[in-house]
Amino acid sequence: MMSNLQSVLSSGRMAVTAEIGPPKSADAETVRKLARHLKGSADAFNLTDNQTAMVRLSSIASGVVCLQEGVEPIVQMTCRDRNRIAMQSDALGASALGIRNILCLSGDHQCFGNQKEAKNVYDVDSIGQLMLLRKMRDEGQVWGGDKLEKAPELFLGAAANPFADPFEHRVVRLAKKLAAGADFIQTQSIYDVDRFERWMSQVRARGLHEKVHIIAGVMPLKSHKVALYMKNKVSGMIVPDHIIDRMKNAADPKEEGIRMCVEQIKHLQSIEGVHGIHVMAVAWEEKVPVIVKEAGLLPRPVV
Amino acid sequence: MKLVALTCSFCGYAATDLAGLQGMKYSSDVTIIRLPCTGRLDVKHVLQAVRMGADGVLVVGCLEGNCNYQYGNLEARKRVEQAKGIMKEIGLEPERVEMVNLASNQPWRFVQAVEDMYVKVERMGPSPLNKVRR
Amino acid sequence: MIIAEQKPIPRIVEMLEGHKSMLVVGCRSCVAICLAGGEKEVSILSEALRIESDLKGNGWQVDEVTLERACEKEWVGEMREKVSGHDAIISLACGVGAQVMQELYPDVRVLPGLDTSNMGAPEEQGIYLEKCGGCGDCVLHLTGGICPIARCSKSLLNGPCGGSQNGKCEIDPDVPCGWDQIYHSLERIGRLDLMEVPIPPKDWRRSRSGGPRKIVRKEAVLTPEEKSARGAR
Repeated sequence: MMSNLQSVLSSGRMAVTAEIGPPKSADAETVRKLARHLKGSADAFNLTDNQTAMVRLSSIASGVVCLQEGVEPIVQMTCRDRNRIAMQSDALGASALGIRNILCLSGDHQCFGNQKEAKNVYDVDSIGQLMLLRKMRDEGQVWGGDKLEKAPELFLGAAANPFADPFEHRVVRLAKKLAAGADFIQTQSIYDVDRFERWMSQVRARGLHEKVHIIAGVMPLKSHKVALYMKNKVSGMIVPDHIIDRMKNAADPKEEGIRMCVEQIKHLQSIEGVHGIHVMAVAWEEKVPVIVKEAGLLPRPVV
Repeated sequence: MKLVALTCSFCGYAATDLAGLQGMKYSSDVTIIRLPCTGRLDVKHVLQAVRMGADGVLVVGCLEGNCNYQYGNLEARKRVEQAKGIMKEIGLEPERVEMVNLASNQPWRFVQAVEDMYVKVERMGPSPLNKVRR
Repeated sequence: MIIAEQKPIPRIVEMLEGHKSMLVVGCRSCVAICLAGGEKEVSILSEALRIESDLKGNGWQVDEVTLERACEKEWVGEMREKVSGHDAIISLACGVGAQVMQELYPDVRVLPGLDTSNMGAPEEQGIYLEKCGGCGDCVLHLTGGICPIARCSKSLLNGPCGGSQNGKCEIDPDVPCGWDQIYHSLERIGRLDLMEVPIPPKDWRRSRSGGPRKIVRKEAVLTPEEKSARGAR
């Protein structure tokens, strides 16, 4: 059965995805409550995989909780924590439990998290990961050729970061991910719209926008301090000064952050090749419905 | 009290000579050792002096910029720092080792450095290794 | 070359508990170049241990020797006389040298005085960088002469991750991004086309993951007859 996300994207409608951060606990209720609250505000929801290398409720388990609530998950899977055996096994497991969307990621280095002493894995990188999972799905084989009795049903995603360097290589990396099996792409949060548009024009010049669904990432800002932090401390993020100034001068920064996010979504939709919007309201998930509504993207289509 | 001065032949050693010629008075507890240049100093030399019971070790090199071999005194300073680090690691006061820079015509600076070191180690008390060997 | 650094002296002292007579053994090869375990470092550590012994009244006998190359049995065998009478060897050779010592002197406890880190090169005096991941399947021809296994923090094979910015790695602003370096090297060589080819999951069997590695050069191995004829071990 096709994933809801895949159906929306292939119908040519603007897709909406949003992020749910699993809790740092064994409490499924946190995910359940968020899923209930967010239901209907996006076509599918990313469950992050121990983001910033912090130990959290597993993304697959969180994805299952979402399924129980009738909310479609996109399970994120990093190369940091599992080798190809675990990766393929988890993909089979996810598919068996009804999860259809998997987002393939390198993963933040463990030095950011609460297990800094850990040995990382990186048996494969995100491009190798796409190859493994696509082979399982399309050829019904595990890597190396052994046949699967039943192939997993998967819609494969990957990340793209137009704000990382070298800039000219970013579209090449996208092309490689596509060649390796990515069906959809979610981007890093966009604040530098000019750079994103330059990247998109490179994407169109290579005709990649017709072969893969690009979902543009946005993240609402809560304060100018958050913006400054992302600009200065988060590698691979660009936050232009005019955005920081706008947040700084706002009477109500939180409201301004939401307003700015809505404006960004409206603009991003108009860029040729953008097939969807990905809302990463980190630790602010409850705002997703209002953002999506004000951006004019509600109700979500039933396909 | 046992002090050891490891002196460069161009400045420190010449200054001790001049101090003597001028009849300047300083502690007789100091053993003066002549190096061709403090660039010849090895961390081991400092540690050996300490092991043999020196309460204080003074490395005397030329003024910075005046080394006859260009960088000898600058290298020596790094080695003195390294020796201090090792002293700390094995539980001895790193202040028992110091480096001073002076010119051959500044005997009073040598005398002052010896007196300063003397006062300092007196305050710290004798090196535990000095006791061992007594 | 092998890059290593000396353990803090208190750690070495802890390991020496129960020993009385120790031989500090250095190596004039790699670890001398990275200023961790050459003759000079051997003499400094020995002196420090003698002071430690005098301070604590341990009564240690500390002797020193520095080998030409501690990873070869022929050289390590030459210190047999020096070793006799000692109950511990403090190796200031790399982990390889320490093991060869233990193999040749099975009755003496060999203690590592160094932490062996990586296969690298001096960047400048006093600065040593890891260069080679030792994966057993070199890809430098595809990566502009820069090893992605060793110089990318995630050992990625297909280009810089999303954390590469201004030529720096996400783990630390002082760490250059290996893939940024690869990109610019390929750019200089005029082979950026190589950045476009997806590299499939690597076969790690020839790396450490395949178990301890052994390389046999058949033409060089002596038969038992040849060995006895030549008096070789």
